[in-house]
Amino acid sequence: MNAIAVHDLQVDLDHTPILREVSCAVPSGGWLALLGPNGSGKTTMLRAIAGLIPYRGTVTLDGLAAEAGSLRPRERARLIAYLPQTPTLPPDMKVTDYVLLGRTPHLSYLAGPGRADRDAAARAARLLDVTRFSQRRLVTLSGGERQRVVLARALAQEPRILLLDEPTSALDIGHQQSVLDLVDHLRRSTGVTVVTTLHDLTTAGQYAHELVLLNQGRVEASGAATAVLTEDRIARVYAARVTVSTDDAGNMVVNPVRPDPR
Amino acid sequence: MKSRWLRAARPYGIAAAFLVAAMLVSALVGAADLNPLAIVTALLDRLPFIRLPSSMSPLDRAVLFEIRLPRIVLCALVGGLLSIAGAGYQGVFRNPLVDSGMLGASAGAGLGATLAIVYLGGAGPSAVPVAAFAGSVGGVAVAYLTGAAGGRGTATLLLAGVAVGMFLTALQTYVLQRSAQDLQAVYSWLLGSLSGATWQQCAEILPYSAVSIAVVLLHGRHLDVLGVGDEEARALGMHPGRVRLIVVAACALAAASAVAVSGLIGFVGIIVPHVVRRLAGTSYRVVLPLSMLGGAGFLVLADTLARTVLSPAELPIGVVTALIGSPVFIWILHTTRAVRA
Repeated sequence: MNAIAVHDLQVDLDHTPILREVSCAVPSGGWLALLGPNGSGKTTMLRAIAGLIPYRGTVTLDGLAAEAGSLRPRERARLIAYLPQTPTLPPDMKVTDYVLLGRTPHLSYLAGPGRADRDAAARAARLLDVTRFSQRRLVTLSGGERQRVVLARALAQEPRILLLDEPTSALDIGHQQSVLDLVDHLRRSTGVTVVTTLHDLTTAGQYAHELVLLNQGRVEASGAATAVLTEDRIARVYAARVTVSTDDAGNMVVNPVRPDPR
Repeated sequence: MKSRWLRAARPYGIAAAFLVAAMLVSALVGAADLNPLAIVTALLDRLPFIRLPSSMSPLDRAVLFEIRLPRIVLCALVGGLLSIAGAGYQGVFRNPLVDSGMLGASAGAGLGATLAIVYLGGAGPSAVPVAAFAGSVGGVAVAYLTGAAGGRGTATLLLAGVAVGMFLTALQTYVLQRSAQDLQAVYSWLLGSLSGATWQQCAEILPYSAVSIAVVLLHGRHLDVLGVGDEEARALGMHPGRVRLIVVAACALAAASAVAVSGLIGFVGIIVPHVVRRLAGTSYRVVLPLSMLGGAGFLVLADTLARTVLSPAELPIGVVTALIGSPVFIWILHTTRAVRA
């Protein structure tokens, strides 16, 4: 069963076409990576799926018969957790309070978080190993700690779908790997469906089951890494010079090439 | 479990004790030389199930129960309203420098009061509170409508408030320039005063206070969620615009109720929530109720100073809060991080 099925998605922002005729599907518990050059519409696509901007076309969620646009924001937020590339962290908020914000879609308007909500937040904090610094203020966290705390908030939401916009962009290579490993661990252990935008093509091929390459708001190619990541295509879409090889594990490796300056 | 409950309740206990202590101190001092022991006895006598013989003369009793006490209670109400309104606005705008008088509230109240004093003549004094109340609510309404029309961001709304405020102040100055004989009356209203407070005034603003305070207090959690920004708040299933409208309306009602009976009293709505944040953390679920209690106690103390320092003459309470508030405010600016709007 598909967790997300997008059909003929069209988005205009300020009367400028951003996405055109985008269709794709993610099976439940799968990982889809959205690729493409800057300005190709990756973030816009995540925001449309999250219901944060108006769109045409259909987004069907997690086997719901209903089109996602008919869901109330709170119902949608119980299914989908969305993390922007740079989440806003209130500097003086404590980690534990921030993680608890993830329970917002589960609370009725005038209710405060109850025991079950605190337990869910504590579970998420444990799963991401942020319990150690639960009393620290957000402003004191390092980049890697921040990313874990933000993921803990998303997980406290107990979503079926996790939308992550460039989850690794602010991290060094070691932290990039540990965050992606963590997301993959969460996906395996909770069955959550993951959609990420990623800049690093090699990494995308290593972690995601399916890649969708966007170019100027349209799907340029989609499918497994071996099918999507070809030298010609990358050269054309990104205006980049690369070679593509296969490592021992069968993963695609995209290598930047610098022409001889002489 | 129990210790956690106690720990959570402690700040409220301290704030409530501060308020009660401030009110007691204020009841004990004043221009009329009342015997402190007699005052305490007379106050205890009013509590249920306690009957104490009173040594007070009828005149002294009247001074205590009809002059000092209504003023103290009104002061506590006004201080609580201004502080909770300031804290609420700060949450809505994610900006700790916003005051209860922003968004055209003070300027609108000033214009309303000036119009009442200048054009209603003899009926003026009784019409001033109503006119100030209407002006205050009207100023916020105009600012909100123009700000919301210009865009959805909070910065747009604040800027619209500044523009509306300047416009209303200009109107007020124009009206005032044409009738210089009312300068004194308008000026003293603008500086704020709680002298001549009555039980009736307390009763008149009580319903508005209760409603606005209840609504604001119920939105502490929502203001915390707004702290992650509109887009992420929406991704969490919230309606930021709706929450903003409700809280702004409630804060406008709170500030207008206070202004109607006290004139313009600045700084309370900024400094009290700031001190609370430093002592008890930044969650609005805590900041809102503690600001209300702390602001009530603070204004009672400020008014006690206002009526005793130059006794039997009085300082305008706005002067006292600004004299204390400005240095504290500058200290806050110097000791806190750059403001994130």
